Amino acid sequence: MITDLIDVHAPAIDVQGLVKTFGENEVLKGIDLTVTAGEVVCVIGPSGSGKSTLLRSVNLLEEPTGGKVLIEGIDITDPDIDIDGVRTRIGMVFQSFNLFPHMSVLGNLTIAQRRVKKRGKEEAEQVAHEMLARVGMGHKADAYPTQLSGGQQQRVAIARALCMNPDMMLFDEPTSALDPELVGEVLQVMRSLAEEGMTMLVVTHEMGFAREVGSRLIFMDGGHIVEEGDPREVLSNPQHQRTKDFLSRVL
Amino acid sequence: MALRRTQRQKLYRYLVYAVLIALALMAIITTDWSRIGPLFFNPEIAAKMFPGIITTALVNTLWFTAVAFAGGLLLGIILALLKMSSIGPFRWIATAWIELFRGLPAIMTIFAISQVLPIATQVSGQKLGGPVVLGLIGLILVASAYMAETIRAGLQAVPKGQTEAARSLGMSPMKTTFWIVVPQGFRIIIPPLTNEFVLLLKDTSLLFVAGSFIWSKELTNFAKDATTQNQNATPLVMAAILYLIVTIPLTRFTAYLERRMGNQR
Repeated sequence: MITDLIDVHAPAIDVQGLVKTFGENEVLKGIDLTVTAGEVVCVIGPSGSGKSTLLRSVNLLEEPTGGKVLIEGIDITDPDIDIDGVRTRIGMVFQSFNLFPHMSVLGNLTIAQRRVKKRGKEEAEQVAHEMLARVGMGHKADAYPTQLSGGQQQRVAIARALCMNPDMMLFDEPTSALDPELVGEVLQVMRSLAEEGMTMLVVTHEMGFAREVGSRLIFMDGGHIVEEGDPREVLSNPQHQRTKDFLSRVL
Repeated sequence: MALRRTQRQKLYRYLVYAVLIALALMAIITTDWSRIGPLFFNPEIAAKMFPGIITTALVNTLWFTAVAFAGGLLLGIILALLKMSSIGPFRWIATAWIELFRGLPAIMTIFAISQVLPIATQVSGQKLGGPVVLGLIGLILVASAYMAETIRAGLQAVPKGQTEAARSLGMSPMKTTFWIVVPQGFRIIIPPLTNEFVLLLKDTSLLFVAGSFIWSKELTNFAKDATTQNQNATPLVMAAILYLIVTIPLTRFTAYLERRMGNQR
């Protein structure tokens, strides 16, 4: 069992010397990053800086070219590891929501519980309703994704990830595809998750969220972590020129 | 003459109608109905065709089509998955299969399976299942090749994010394919698959090269024999009408589905 391998004292996420190349293009050039349980780490940086690739490497949606990724002490780059088992412990939220359009909201929330966690229909639906209530979508259990606004879809996507009872959550620009007036409702859900102590790694352009909710801020550029620290410190008093340039463009 | 654009378009349309009606009238007037009528629309011979043309011929056509479609679909799914496999030899086998049976005329494949295979394997055709079964196997092979490509296109049209979302929830590649990709892919390919069904329905007329019995005649074969026996083409006309009665609703249904999917987008 994958659960026997978990080391409770190990950091939630431990990335060591991560390298990722796409053909000739080296996107990640040796990233070291540790996220301890309960931390909310926000990753910012210009497009093409590798921040999404870093996030997607943490649950192996991208196969690292070099280096290691340890999840709760388990090296998931080991080809013999049960990656599906590890992934149930890592919730992921995508920029484009990626709800399953052929299933109702309830179907979206129960499919993996039933087929992966082998929960019964009743239990899975009970968990689903609980998580929907948590994201304020309890009234839409029978709706289909196309009937929902972007903000509602993203909240359902968060609930879908939560149904697996993950130990940590990855957010890949969760509000970038949303109309401005819908961003707030999604950030609110993420904020309450953070307050409940969820370990979170968030790639985002929302500097306000990073400042107020983040326990640490990472600035990436050109496949490197250029600067990291307390979000308020980094945002108000950046040490590196590249960070200053980036912040002056986005703030 | 100052006509508005809409008026001008209307005028052209009426002109086209007028010409078409004139041509049709000319064809009807110049036709020698006293000769054509008895040869193609003979009520006595038409009456003799019942009930066999329905209970044997049409039923066989539908039955053969259903079997070939089901078999082709099943094989087609397997081939499509093989062709998308990350394992080289699987892809090569699928590609070779698809190219072979799509590239050959259907009649040749049916002939090869039903006539050449028994000779090549030194096993009598009877032992291999008889002409009807062997002919249908040939048709299934042809159907599978066409359907594999349709199915593959449908499965690949499902956005990559769907697979990623399923995998990130811990679903294995198999579960992801079965629960997430295939159901969505099939929605996309229902219209082309209906087309495939219509093509297959017509291709059952090729099964005669496998050999047939009186009980196994489908529409074309039945009508062709009846036409020869009676020295009269009325059975062929009847078979043609029966084909259209089945195929036109199907193609209309496809058009409806395509319209509806277009609206959803």
